[in-house]
Amino acid sequence: MAETHILQDLQHQAAIASKVYVQRDYNSGTICKFQTKFPSELESRVDKQQFEETMQTLNNLYAEAEKIGGKSYLEGCLACMTAYTIFLCMETHYEKVLKKIARFIKEQNEKIYAPLGLLLTDPIERGLRVVEITIFEDRSIGFGR
Amino acid sequence: MKNCEYQQIDARALGTPASSFQPCTEMKVPRLRRKWEVFPGKNRFYCDGRIILARQSGILPLTLGLIVVTSVLFFAFDCPFLVTHLTVCIPVIGGVLFLFVVISLLQTSLTDPGILPRALPDEAADIEKQIYTSGSSMYRPPPRTKEILINQQVVKLKYCFTCKMFRPPRTSHCSLCDNCVERFDHHCPWVGNCVGKRNYRFFYSFIVSLSFHTSFIFGCVVTHLTLRSQGGNGLVQLVICFFSIWSVLGLSGFHTYLVASNLTTNEDIKGSWSSKRGAEDSGNPYTYNSIFINCCATLCGPMPPSLIDRRGFLPPDDIPPVAAADLELSSFLAKNDTNMVGMPSSGHTS
Repeated sequence: MAETHILQDLQHQAAIASKVYVQRDYNSGTICKFQTKFPSELESRVDKQQFEETMQTLNNLYAEAEKIGGKSYLEGCLACMTAYTIFLCMETHYEKVLKKIARFIKEQNEKIYAPLGLLLTDPIERGLRVVEITIFEDRSIGFGR
Repeated sequence: MKNCEYQQIDARALGTPASSFQPCTEMKVPRLRRKWEVFPGKNRFYCDGRIILARQSGILPLTLGLIVVTSVLFFAFDCPFLVTHLTVCIPVIGGVLFLFVVISLLQTSLTDPGILPRALPDEAADIEKQIYTSGSSMYRPPPRTKEILINQQVVKLKYCFTCKMFRPPRTSHCSLCDNCVERFDHHCPWVGNCVGKRNYRFFYSFIVSLSFHTSFIFGCVVTHLTLRSQGGNGLVQLVICFFSIWSVLGLSGFHTYLVASNLTTNEDIKGSWSSKRGAEDSGNPYTYNSIFINCCATLCGPMPPSLIDRRGFLPPDDIPPVAAADLELSSFLAKNDTNMVGMPSSGHTS
Protein backbone atom coordinates (compact mmCIF):
# COMPACT_ATOMS: atom_id res chain seq x y z
CA MET A 1 0.00 0.00 0.00
CA ALA A 2 2.91 2.31 0.66
CA GLU A 3 3.92 1.96 -2.98
CA THR A 4 0.50 2.89 -4.31
CA HIS A 5 0.57 5.82 -1.89
CA ILE A 6 3.73 7.05 -3.59
CA LEU A 7 2.21 6.62 -7.06
CA GLN A 8 -0.76 8.65 -5.97
CA ASP A 9 1.46 11.35 -4.48
CA LEU A 10 3.21 11.60 -7.82
CA GLN A 11 -0.02 12.06 -9.62
CA HIS A 12 -1.39 14.70 -7.30
CA GLN A 13 1.59 16.79 -6.49
CA ALA A 14 4.35 16.28 -8.96
CA ALA A 15 4.18 17.95 -12.31
CA ILE A 16 5.45 16.20 -15.37
CA ALA A 17 8.89 17.49 -16.18
CA SER A 18 9.45 15.59 -19.39
CA LYS A 19 8.95 12.33 -21.19
CA VAL A 20 11.49 9.98 -22.59
CA TYR A 21 10.67 7.59 -25.38
CA VAL A 22 12.48 4.31 -25.84
CA GLN A 23 12.03 3.26 -29.45
CA ARG A 24 11.76 -0.17 -30.98
CA ASP A 25 14.82 -2.12 -31.98
CA TYR A 26 14.25 -3.69 -35.40
CA ASN A 27 17.66 -5.25 -35.82
CA SER A 28 16.27 -8.70 -35.20
CA GLY A 29 13.43 -8.28 -37.63
CA THR A 30 9.82 -7.42 -37.02
CA ILE A 31 9.59 -8.99 -33.55
CA CYS A 32 8.66 -6.70 -30.70
CA LYS A 33 11.88 -5.62 -29.05
CA PHE A 34 12.83 -2.33 -27.44
CA GLN A 35 16.21 -0.68 -27.35
CA THR A 36 18.03 -1.36 -24.12
CA LYS A 37 20.31 1.66 -24.50
CA PHE A 38 20.11 3.80 -21.37
CA PRO A 39 18.62 7.23 -22.17
CA SER A 40 20.78 10.12 -21.02
CA GLU A 41 17.82 11.96 -19.46
CA LEU A 42 17.46 9.26 -16.85
CA GLU A 43 21.06 9.33 -15.72
CA SER A 44 20.34 11.36 -12.64
CA ARG A 45 17.29 9.35 -11.68
CA VAL A 46 17.81 5.67 -12.01
CA ASP A 47 20.59 3.14 -12.01
CA LYS A 48 21.65 2.12 -15.51
CA GLN A 49 21.88 -1.54 -14.60
CA GLN A 50 18.38 -1.54 -13.16
CA PHE A 51 16.89 0.11 -16.21
CA GLU A 52 18.61 -2.22 -18.63
CA GLU A 53 17.43 -5.17 -16.60
CA THR A 54 13.84 -3.95 -16.78
CA MET A 55 14.07 -3.48 -20.55
CA GLN A 56 15.68 -6.86 -21.05
CA THR A 57 12.97 -8.61 -19.04
CA LEU A 58 10.35 -6.75 -21.05
CA ASN A 59 11.99 -7.86 -24.29
CA ASN A 60 12.11 -11.44 -23.07
CA LEU A 61 8.42 -11.34 -22.25
CA TYR A 62 7.55 -10.07 -25.73
CA ALA A 63 9.78 -12.75 -27.24
CA GLU A 64 7.83 -15.32 -25.25
CA ALA A 65 4.56 -13.92 -26.62
CA GLU A 66 5.75 -14.09 -30.21
CA LYS A 67 7.65 -17.36 -29.96
CA ILE A 68 7.02 -19.67 -32.87
CA GLY A 69 7.08 -23.15 -31.48
CA GLY A 70 5.02 -26.23 -30.91
CA LYS A 71 2.43 -24.53 -28.77
CA SER A 72 1.76 -21.69 -31.20
CA TYR A 73 1.52 -24.13 -34.12
CA LEU A 74 -1.02 -26.18 -32.20
CA GLU A 75 -3.04 -23.08 -31.45
CA GLY A 76 -2.81 -22.00 -35.08
CA CYS A 77 -3.84 -25.37 -36.49
CA LEU A 78 -6.71 -25.73 -34.06
CA ALA A 79 -7.86 -22.26 -34.96
CA CYS A 80 -7.62 -23.03 -38.69
CA MET A 81 -9.68 -26.17 -38.32
CA THR A 82 -12.44 -24.32 -36.53
CA ALA A 83 -12.34 -21.59 -39.21
CA TYR A 84 -10.76 -19.30 -36.62
CA THR A 85 -14.00 -19.07 -34.69
CA ILE A 86 -12.15 -20.34 -31.65
CA PHE A 87 -10.62 -16.88 -31.24
CA LEU A 88 -14.05 -15.62 -30.27
CA CYS A 89 -14.08 -17.67 -27.10
CA MET A 90 -10.46 -18.44 -26.30
CA GLU A 91 -7.78 -16.05 -25.16
CA THR A 92 -4.71 -16.33 -27.34
CA HIS A 93 -1.29 -17.06 -25.93
CA TYR A 94 -0.19 -13.55 -26.92
CA GLU A 95 -3.00 -11.98 -24.91
CA LYS A 96 -2.08 -14.06 -21.87
CA VAL A 97 1.51 -12.83 -22.05
CA LEU A 98 0.35 -9.24 -22.52
CA LYS A 99 -1.47 -9.50 -19.21
CA LYS A 100 1.71 -10.81 -17.66
CA ILE A 101 3.58 -7.82 -19.09
CA ALA A 102 1.01 -5.41 -17.68
CA ARG A 103 1.46 -6.93 -14.22
CA PHE A 104 5.25 -6.75 -14.58
CA ILE A 105 5.20 -3.06 -15.51
CA LYS A 106 2.85 -2.24 -12.65
CA GLU A 107 5.11 -4.07 -10.25
CA GLN A 108 8.23 -2.33 -11.58
CA ASN A 109 6.53 1.04 -11.28
CA GLU A 110 5.42 0.42 -7.72
CA LYS A 111 8.67 -1.03 -6.48
CA ILE A 112 11.37 0.81 -8.36
CA TYR A 113 10.37 3.69 -10.59
CA ALA A 114 7.66 5.55 -8.72
CA PRO A 115 9.86 6.15 -5.66
CA LEU A 116 12.37 7.72 -8.05
CA GLY A 117 9.75 9.98 -9.62
CA LEU A 118 9.39 8.00 -12.85
CA LEU A 119 6.51 6.17 -14.45
CA LEU A 120 6.70 3.53 -17.16
CA THR A 121 3.77 3.28 -19.55
CA ASP A 122 2.81 -0.14 -20.85
CA PRO A 123 3.89 -0.16 -24.55
CA ILE A 124 0.58 -1.71 -25.61
CA GLU A 125 -1.08 1.59 -24.78
CA ARG A 126 1.19 3.24 -27.31
CA GLY A 127 0.58 0.64 -30.01
CA LEU A 128 3.81 -1.20 -29.17
CA ARG A 129 5.73 1.68 -30.73
CA VAL A 130 7.57 3.05 -27.71
CA VAL A 131 8.10 2.65 -24.00
CA GLU A 132 7.08 6.02 -22.61
CA ILE A 133 8.82 7.04 -19.42
CA THR A 134 7.32 10.04 -17.66
CA ILE A 135 9.74 11.99 -15.52
CA PHE A 136 8.10 13.89 -12.71
CA GLU A 137 9.59 17.02 -11.22
CA ASP A 138 12.03 16.28 -8.47
CA ARG A 139 10.12 17.78 -5.57
CA SER A 140 10.51 16.03 -2.28
CA ILE A 141 8.10 13.17 -2.33
CA GLY A 142 7.92 13.11 1.42
CA PHE A 143 4.38 14.52 1.68
CA GLY A 144 2.35 11.44 2.21
CA ARG A 145 3.86 9.31 4.88
CA MET B 1 -51.10 34.48 15.00
CA LYS B 2 -53.45 36.62 12.93
CA ASN B 3 -52.23 35.79 9.44
CA CYS B 4 -51.94 32.11 9.63
CA GLU B 5 -53.21 31.53 6.21
CA TYR B 6 -51.70 28.80 4.29
CA GLN B 7 -49.66 29.87 1.40
CA GLN B 8 -49.31 27.74 -1.61
CA ILE B 9 -45.96 26.12 -1.59
CA ASP B 10 -43.86 27.85 -4.13
CA ALA B 11 -42.38 25.45 -6.53
CA ARG B 12 -39.46 27.80 -6.99
CA ALA B 13 -38.80 27.79 -3.26
CA LEU B 14 -38.64 24.06 -3.45
CA GLY B 15 -36.10 24.52 -6.14
CA THR B 16 -33.54 25.97 -3.72
CA PRO B 17 -32.86 22.84 -1.73
CA ALA B 18 -32.64 21.00 -5.00
CA SER B 19 -30.22 23.55 -6.39
CA SER B 20 -27.88 22.93 -3.51
CA PHE B 21 -27.56 19.45 -4.90
CA GLN B 22 -26.89 20.78 -8.33
CA PRO B 23 -23.11 20.72 -8.02
CA CYS B 24 -23.40 16.99 -7.51
CA THR B 25 -25.45 16.50 -10.65
CA GLU B 26 -23.24 18.87 -12.59
CA MET B 27 -20.31 16.84 -11.46
CA LYS B 28 -21.81 13.74 -13.01
CA VAL B 29 -19.29 12.14 -15.23
CA PRO B 30 -20.03 12.76 -18.92
CA ARG B 31 -20.47 9.63 -20.97
CA LEU B 32 -17.04 8.22 -21.55
CA ARG B 33 -16.34 7.85 -25.19
CA ARG B 34 -14.64 4.87 -26.69
CA LYS B 35 -11.52 5.21 -28.80
CA TRP B 36 -13.22 4.02 -31.99
CA GLU B 37 -15.41 7.13 -31.97
CA VAL B 38 -12.36 9.34 -32.49
CA PHE B 39 -10.37 7.02 -34.70
CA PRO B 40 -8.52 9.12 -37.30
CA GLY B 41 -8.37 6.56 -40.11
CA LYS B 42 -10.97 5.95 -42.78
CA ASN B 43 -12.75 3.07 -41.13
CA ARG B 44 -16.28 2.30 -40.10
CA PHE B 45 -17.17 0.67 -36.80
CA TYR B 46 -20.20 -1.32 -35.79
CA CYS B 47 -21.47 -3.00 -32.64
CA ASP B 48 -19.82 -0.40 -30.43
CA GLY B 49 -16.39 -0.96 -31.94
CA ARG B 50 -16.42 -4.72 -32.11
CA ILE B 51 -16.56 -4.82 -35.90
CA ILE B 52 -14.23 -2.80 -38.11
CA LEU B 53 -14.63 -2.20 -41.83
CA ALA B 54 -12.81 -0.08 -44.34
CA ARG B 55 -14.78 2.99 -45.33
CA GLN B 56 -15.12 1.85 -48.89
CA SER B 57 -16.57 -1.61 -48.74
CA GLY B 58 -15.42 -2.08 -52.28
CA ILE B 59 -17.09 -4.97 -53.97
CA LEU B 60 -17.54 -7.04 -50.84
CA PRO B 61 -21.32 -7.21 -51.39
CA LEU B 62 -20.65 -8.49 -54.91
CA THR B 63 -18.23 -11.13 -53.62
CA LEU B 64 -20.68 -12.30 -51.00
CA GLY B 65 -23.52 -12.19 -53.49
CA LEU B 66 -21.70 -14.26 -56.08
CA ILE B 67 -20.68 -16.89 -53.56
CA VAL B 68 -24.12 -17.14 -51.99
CA VAL B 69 -26.03 -17.14 -55.30
CA THR B 70 -23.78 -19.77 -56.86
CA SER B 71 -23.93 -21.99 -53.80
CA VAL B 72 -27.69 -21.66 -53.42
CA LEU B 73 -28.25 -22.52 -57.08
CA PHE B 74 -25.93 -25.48 -56.66
CA PHE B 75 -27.80 -26.77 -53.62
CA ALA B 76 -31.17 -26.17 -55.23
CA PHE B 77 -30.61 -27.61 -58.67
CA ASP B 78 -27.60 -29.89 -58.72
CA CYS B 79 -27.62 -31.48 -55.32
CA PRO B 80 -31.01 -33.26 -55.58
CA PHE B 81 -29.92 -34.93 -58.79
CA LEU B 82 -26.47 -35.85 -57.56
CA VAL B 83 -27.72 -37.14 -54.22
CA THR B 84 -30.00 -39.61 -55.96
CA HIS B 85 -27.45 -40.59 -58.58
CA LEU B 86 -24.20 -40.42 -56.70
CA THR B 87 -23.85 -39.91 -52.98
CA VAL B 88 -25.30 -37.87 -50.13
CA CYS B 89 -21.82 -36.63 -49.26
CA ILE B 90 -21.96 -34.08 -52.03
CA PRO B 91 -24.19 -31.51 -50.34
CA VAL B 92 -22.41 -32.20 -47.04
CA ILE B 93 -19.01 -31.40 -48.51
CA GLY B 94 -20.50 -28.47 -50.37
CA GLY B 95 -22.07 -27.17 -47.19
CA VAL B 96 -18.86 -27.43 -45.19
CA LEU B 97 -16.87 -25.67 -47.89
CA PHE B 98 -19.51 -22.97 -48.25
CA LEU B 99 -19.46 -22.30 -44.49
CA PHE B 100 -15.68 -22.17 -44.47
CA VAL B 101 -15.62 -19.72 -47.36
CA VAL B 102 -18.19 -17.36 -45.87
CA ILE B 103 -16.66 -17.42 -42.38
CA SER B 104 -13.16 -16.76 -43.73
CA LEU B 105 -14.44 -13.96 -45.93
CA LEU B 106 -16.25 -12.27 -43.07
CA GLN B 107 -13.22 -12.63 -40.83
CA THR B 108 -10.94 -11.09 -43.45
CA SER B 109 -13.29 -8.16 -43.94
CA LEU B 110 -14.25 -7.48 -40.37
CA THR B 111 -10.89 -7.91 -38.63
CA ASP B 112 -8.38 -5.22 -37.92
CA PRO B 113 -5.60 -6.02 -40.41
CA GLY B 114 -2.85 -4.80 -38.11
CA ILE B 115 -3.44 -1.07 -38.03
CA LEU B 116 -0.82 0.90 -36.17
CA PRO B 117 -2.27 3.66 -34.03
CA ARG B 118 -0.92 7.10 -34.84
CA ALA B 119 1.69 8.60 -32.61
CA LEU B 120 0.48 10.86 -29.82
CA PRO B 121 1.49 14.54 -30.01
CA ASP B 122 4.27 14.22 -27.41
CA GLU B 123 5.75 11.24 -29.14
CA ALA B 124 5.56 12.88 -32.55
CA ALA B 125 7.23 15.99 -31.18
CA ASP B 126 10.04 13.87 -29.75
CA ILE B 127 10.68 12.16 -33.08
CA GLU B 128 10.42 15.36 -35.08
CA LYS B 129 12.87 16.98 -32.71
CA GLN B 130 15.31 14.20 -33.50
CA ILE B 131 14.77 14.54 -37.25
CA TYR B 132 14.95 18.30 -37.45
CA THR B 133 17.84 18.95 -35.06
CA SER B 134 20.23 18.70 -37.94
CA GLY B 135 19.63 21.95 -39.79
CA SER B 136 16.58 24.09 -39.22
CA SER B 137 14.66 24.40 -42.44
CA MET B 138 11.41 26.24 -42.89
CA TYR B 139 10.10 24.14 -45.75
CA ARG B 140 8.94 20.59 -45.33
CA PRO B 141 12.04 18.47 -45.59
CA PRO B 142 12.17 15.40 -47.83
CA PRO B 143 10.87 12.20 -46.30
CA ARG B 144 13.27 10.99 -43.69
CA THR B 145 14.50 7.46 -43.74
CA LYS B 146 16.33 5.49 -41.16
CA GLU B 147 18.54 2.63 -42.19
CA ILE B 148 18.77 -0.44 -40.06
CA LEU B 149 20.35 -3.81 -40.44
CA ILE B 150 18.18 -6.90 -40.35
CA ASN B 151 19.95 -10.18 -40.92
CA GLN B 152 22.88 -8.41 -42.59
CA GLN B 153 20.45 -6.77 -44.97
CA VAL B 154 20.05 -3.00 -45.14
CA VAL B 155 16.41 -2.04 -44.68
CA LYS B 156 15.14 1.53 -44.97
CA LEU B 157 12.47 2.66 -42.55
CA LYS B 158 10.43 5.53 -43.89
CA TYR B 159 8.90 8.28 -41.81
CA CYS B 160 5.14 8.42 -42.20
CA PHE B 161 3.95 12.04 -42.21
CA THR B 162 0.36 11.08 -41.56
CA CYS B 163 0.95 8.78 -38.62
CA LYS B 164 3.99 10.72 -37.43
CA MET B 165 6.29 7.81 -36.83
CA PHE B 166 8.95 5.75 -38.49
CA ARG B 167 7.18 2.82 -40.04
CA PRO B 168 8.34 -0.55 -38.74
CA PRO B 169 9.77 -2.88 -41.39
CA ARG B 170 7.17 -4.39 -43.73
CA THR B 171 4.65 -1.75 -42.74
CA SER B 172 3.00 0.37 -45.38
CA HIS B 173 0.50 3.20 -45.32
CA CYS B 174 -2.73 2.36 -47.11
CA SER B 175 -4.08 5.47 -48.80
CA LEU B 176 -7.59 4.04 -49.08
CA CYS B 177 -7.88 3.38 -45.37
CA ASP B 178 -5.45 6.14 -44.33
CA ASN B 179 -3.73 3.84 -41.86
CA CYS B 180 -0.30 2.31 -41.48
CA VAL B 181 -0.78 -1.45 -41.58
CA GLU B 182 1.77 -3.92 -40.30
CA ARG B 183 3.06 -6.51 -42.74
CA PHE B 184 0.96 -4.81 -45.39
CA ASP B 185 0.10 -7.18 -48.20
CA HIS B 186 -2.43 -5.27 -50.29
CA HIS B 187 -5.80 -3.58 -50.07
CA CYS B 188 -8.26 -6.09 -51.44
CA PRO B 189 -11.42 -4.55 -52.95
CA TRP B 190 -13.10 -7.98 -53.08
CA VAL B 191 -13.04 -8.24 -49.30
CA GLY B 192 -13.28 -4.51 -48.75
CA ASN B 193 -10.35 -4.32 -46.33
CA CYS B 194 -6.58 -4.24 -46.19
CA VAL B 195 -4.81 -7.57 -45.89
CA GLY B 196 -2.09 -7.33 -43.29
CA LYS B 197 -0.45 -9.11 -40.42
CA ARG B 198 -3.57 -9.97 -38.47
CA ASN B 199 -5.89 -11.09 -41.21
CA TYR B 200 -3.52 -12.60 -43.77
CA ARG B 201 -4.23 -16.12 -42.52
CA PHE B 202 -7.98 -15.51 -42.87
CA PHE B 203 -7.45 -14.17 -46.38
CA TYR B 204 -5.33 -17.15 -47.34
CA SER B 205 -7.85 -19.65 -45.97
CA PHE B 206 -10.57 -17.71 -47.80
CA ILE B 207 -8.93 -17.97 -51.22
CA VAL B 208 -7.85 -21.56 -50.73
CA SER B 209 -11.28 -22.68 -49.53
CA LEU B 210 -12.87 -20.66 -52.32
CA SER B 211 -10.66 -22.47 -54.85
CA PHE B 212 -11.81 -25.80 -53.50
CA HIS B 213 -15.40 -24.62 -53.39
CA THR B 214 -15.49 -23.33 -56.96
CA SER B 215 -13.67 -26.39 -58.25
CA PHE B 216 -16.05 -28.63 -56.35
CA ILE B 217 -19.14 -26.88 -57.68
CA PHE B 218 -17.69 -26.82 -61.17
CA GLY B 219 -16.95 -30.51 -61.03
CA CYS B 220 -20.37 -31.35 -59.66
CA VAL B 221 -22.18 -29.26 -62.23
CA VAL B 222 -20.21 -30.79 -65.09
CA THR B 223 -20.99 -34.25 -63.71
CA HIS B 224 -24.62 -33.33 -63.41
CA LEU B 225 -24.85 -32.02 -66.96
CA THR B 226 -22.98 -35.03 -68.28
CA LEU B 227 -25.12 -37.56 -66.47
CA ARG B 228 -28.33 -35.85 -67.39
CA SER B 229 -27.80 -35.89 -71.12
CA GLN B 230 -30.96 -33.96 -72.01
CA GLY B 231 -29.91 -30.62 -70.50
CA GLY B 232 -30.17 -29.47 -66.93
CA ASN B 233 -30.22 -26.36 -64.81
CA GLY B 234 -26.58 -25.69 -64.31
CA LEU B 235 -25.58 -23.03 -66.71
CA VAL B 236 -25.36 -20.09 -64.29
CA GLN B 237 -23.20 -21.95 -61.80
CA LEU B 238 -21.07 -23.29 -64.61
CA VAL B 239 -20.34 -19.89 -66.06
CA ILE B 240 -19.60 -18.24 -62.73
CA CYS B 241 -17.36 -21.08 -61.63
CA PHE B 242 -15.56 -21.31 -64.93
CA PHE B 243 -14.52 -17.67 -64.83
CA SER B 244 -13.80 -17.64 -61.10
CA ILE B 245 -11.65 -20.73 -61.15
CA TRP B 246 -8.92 -19.20 -63.26
CA SER B 247 -8.59 -16.09 -61.12
CA VAL B 248 -9.09 -17.69 -57.71
CA LEU B 249 -6.85 -20.67 -58.39
CA GLY B 250 -4.22 -18.39 -59.81
CA LEU B 251 -4.42 -16.11 -56.79
CA SER B 252 -4.20 -19.06 -54.41
CA GLY B 253 -1.15 -20.31 -56.21
CA PHE B 254 0.48 -16.89 -56.07
CA HIS B 255 -0.21 -16.50 -52.37
CA THR B 256 1.03 -20.01 -51.67
CA TYR B 257 4.31 -18.96 -53.24
CA LEU B 258 4.34 -15.79 -51.11
CA VAL B 259 3.64 -17.72 -47.93
CA ALA B 260 6.35 -20.26 -48.72
CA SER B 261 8.94 -17.54 -49.27
CA ASN B 262 7.65 -15.26 -46.47
CA LEU B 263 6.99 -12.35 -48.79
CA THR B 264 4.16 -9.88 -49.06
CA THR B 265 2.42 -8.86 -52.29
CA ASN B 266 3.72 -5.36 -51.68
CA GLU B 267 7.34 -6.55 -51.51
CA ASP B 268 6.94 -8.86 -54.47
CA ILE B 269 5.46 -6.18 -56.68
CA LYS B 270 8.06 -3.62 -55.69
CA GLY B 271 10.79 -6.20 -56.10
CA SER B 272 12.28 -5.25 -52.75
CA TRP B 273 14.26 -8.42 -52.36
CA SER B 274 14.87 -9.46 -55.92
CA SER B 275 18.54 -9.75 -56.69
CA LYS B 276 19.03 -6.44 -58.43
CA ARG B 277 22.67 -6.31 -57.57
CA GLY B 278 23.55 -9.38 -59.54
CA ALA B 279 25.89 -11.69 -57.71
CA GLU B 280 25.31 -10.19 -54.30
CA ASP B 281 22.72 -12.17 -52.44
CA SER B 282 20.20 -9.52 -51.49
CA GLY B 283 17.59 -11.95 -50.37
CA ASN B 284 14.60 -11.56 -48.14
CA PRO B 285 15.85 -10.93 -44.60
CA TYR B 286 12.64 -12.23 -43.04
CA THR B 287 12.70 -15.70 -44.53
CA TYR B 288 13.52 -18.69 -42.38
CA ASN B 289 15.06 -20.40 -45.41
CA SER B 290 12.69 -23.31 -45.09
CA ILE B 291 9.35 -23.55 -46.88
CA PHE B 292 7.78 -25.44 -43.99
CA ILE B 293 8.87 -22.93 -41.35
CA ASN B 294 7.87 -19.99 -43.52
CA CYS B 295 4.39 -21.44 -43.95
CA CYS B 296 4.05 -22.21 -40.28
CA ALA B 297 5.28 -18.80 -39.23
CA THR B 298 2.93 -16.95 -41.55
CA LEU B 299 -0.18 -19.06 -41.11
CA CYS B 300 0.17 -20.71 -37.73
CA GLY B 301 2.18 -18.11 -35.89
CA PRO B 302 0.85 -16.46 -32.73
CA MET B 303 -2.12 -14.22 -33.33
CA PRO B 304 -1.05 -10.66 -32.54
CA PRO B 305 -3.54 -8.48 -30.70
CA SER B 306 -5.24 -5.45 -32.17
CA LEU B 307 -3.17 -2.38 -31.33
CA ILE B 308 -5.85 0.22 -31.86
CA ASP B 309 -7.87 -0.78 -28.78
CA ARG B 310 -11.12 0.36 -30.34
CA ARG B 311 -13.28 -0.45 -27.35
CA GLY B 312 -11.00 1.24 -24.85
CA PHE B 313 -12.26 4.38 -23.15
CA LEU B 314 -10.86 7.80 -23.82
CA PRO B 315 -9.72 9.72 -20.77
CA PRO B 316 -12.37 12.27 -19.69
CA ASP B 317 -12.03 15.65 -21.39
CA ASP B 318 -11.08 17.62 -18.30
CA ILE B 319 -8.02 15.51 -17.67
CA PRO B 320 -5.48 16.29 -20.38
CA PRO B 321 -4.50 13.18 -22.36
CA VAL B 322 -1.06 12.99 -20.83
CA ALA B 323 -0.23 9.45 -19.91
CA ALA B 324 -2.33 6.38 -19.52
CA ALA B 325 -1.05 6.38 -15.97
CA ASP B 326 -3.93 8.74 -15.26
CA LEU B 327 -6.38 5.95 -15.93
CA GLU B 328 -4.40 3.45 -13.90
CA LEU B 329 -4.32 5.67 -10.86
CA SER B 330 -7.96 6.78 -11.11
CA SER B 331 -8.87 3.62 -9.24
CA PHE B 332 -6.62 4.69 -6.36
CA LEU B 333 -8.24 8.14 -6.48
CA ALA B 334 -11.66 6.68 -5.92
CA LYS B 335 -10.49 4.69 -2.93
CA ASN B 336 -8.59 7.33 -1.02
CA ASP B 337 -10.78 10.41 -0.86
CA THR B 338 -9.87 11.14 2.75
CA ASN B 339 -6.26 11.33 1.79
CA MET B 340 -7.05 14.16 -0.59
CA VAL B 341 -8.70 16.13 2.17
CA GLY B 342 -5.93 15.32 4.59
CA MET B 343 -3.20 16.53 2.24
CA PRO B 344 -3.40 20.28 2.65
CA SER B 345 -3.55 20.05 6.42
CA SER B 346 -0.54 17.81 6.60
CA GLY B 347 1.26 20.17 4.26
CA HIS B 348 0.21 23.02 6.46
CA THR B 349 1.60 21.54 9.62
CA SER B 350 4.88 20.51 8.04
